[in-house]
Amino acid sequence: MKSKVVTREEALEKIHSGQTIMFGDWHGEFSAEEIISGMLEKGVTDIDAIAVSAGMPDQGLGRLINERRVKSLITTHIGLNPVARDQMFAGELEIEFSPQGTFAERIRCGGAGLGGCLTPTGIGTDVEKGKEKLTINGKEYLLELPLRADVALIKATKADTAGNISFRMNSRATNSTMAMAADWVIAEVEEIVEVGELGPEEIDVPAPVIDMVYERTGEKRYLCPMWQKLKAKAEGGKA
Amino acid sequence: MAELKGRKLIASRCAKFFKDGDFVNLGIGLPLMCVNYLPEGVDLWLEAEIGTVGSGATPKWGEEDIDVIDAGGQPASVIKGGSVCDHETSFAYIRGGHIDAAVLGTLQVDEEGNIANWTIPGKLVPGMGGAMDLCAGVKRIIVATDHCEKSGRSKILKKCTLPLTGVKCVTDIVTEKCYFQVGSDGLILRELAPGYTVEDVLASTEAKVIIPDEIGVME
Repeated sequence: MKSKVVTREEALEKIHSGQTIMFGDWHGEFSAEEIISGMLEKGVTDIDAIAVSAGMPDQGLGRLINERRVKSLITTHIGLNPVARDQMFAGELEIEFSPQGTFAERIRCGGAGLGGCLTPTGIGTDVEKGKEKLTINGKEYLLELPLRADVALIKATKADTAGNISFRMNSRATNSTMAMAADWVIAEVEEIVEVGELGPEEIDVPAPVIDMVYERTGEKRYLCPMWQKLKAKAEGGKA
Repeated sequence: MAELKGRKLIASRCAKFFKDGDFVNLGIGLPLMCVNYLPEGVDLWLEAEIGTVGSGATPKWGEEDIDVIDAGGQPASVIKGGSVCDHETSFAYIRGGHIDAAVLGTLQVDEEGNIANWTIPGKLVPGMGGAMDLCAGVKRIIVATDHCEKSGRSKILKKCTLPLTGVKCVTDIVTEKCYFQVGSDGLILRELAPGYTVEDVLASTEAKVIIPDEIGVME
């Protein structure tokens, strides 16, 4: 089977300024941090980002926002990133808020060939502005349109050389949904194994969907900056 | 046990809504305090939006798992029998009516059961996260809140003035002063917290309050 294992430089050749990029993460945890570092070094800018939140200034997508590389963001929450908030109020970062379940389903539609979904979420709120409403069996729904991207940046626990990927516990986050909804899908993983080592039930996103897998060369598993701060605070409290 | 007051009393009262085996979503902060007051024999399946059914206690440092987090991204655990899923499935549980109850904090709530808890335009614009989906899909929406703002203004209004999170979805409102059930014609004063009178509640509530013949004691 053809190998999809790449170097970071090869992955970065697919990432350019002006692209729409999905970041599969959770407030910056479970992010493709090494590829994001590469994007910062390479000077990728004017990104239209799609991510569940704006992350934090020192984690994930938040690092790109911090360096003003992001021009718009479709998201559900920016409450943990004061830099994103300030850029939004200053008119430097355009933000579209989507309710979280709607956000997930719009991406699913984008990856599943669907023209949109009908959801009761947001009926009677500002979210319904400008959207088509349909009544099905006597209940009102909003038509929410699909989301797709040029590139999806995925973080997974393991991959095999063919491109099958697997997630531990909550690290699946928004990663598996986004892997389906982009023209080019790059997975940064902690470990790459031989084909056959991941069993059929362990594979969360199958090889044909993934275009590149990149194995971290730095620390594979580490406490994110947010947890480092929490831990320091907890231990400082004891002393 | 010492008599509970304030936020502890709110959390304790909210916890009494749950039955053993209920599937529940609790917002960050005061709502999450409910788990400390569950009646004996009541165990819940706690949902975390990231995709956990059976979210458990915060682990001690040294026992943390970097791949197990709560909705706020902080260290969490999964109880015995708990499971993890992807983000879209997590919200299918929420929107699909699989969750029995959610407890939410709020900025405002009104006599029709409308809730506004996600934004103060121009000031506080964090995004709605999962709150609107909870309002749209969960059978019982319990609001756990201080009765008034710090300024003294009632949070329990005739009509919410801030942008809404959900429309006619709130079923119960618990404050440090009382428990209201949301009725079709106003808020029914079901219980009073120790030390508060009907007059106290009426003076600090803008919404229409219905006084039934019997009012219980909140605990």
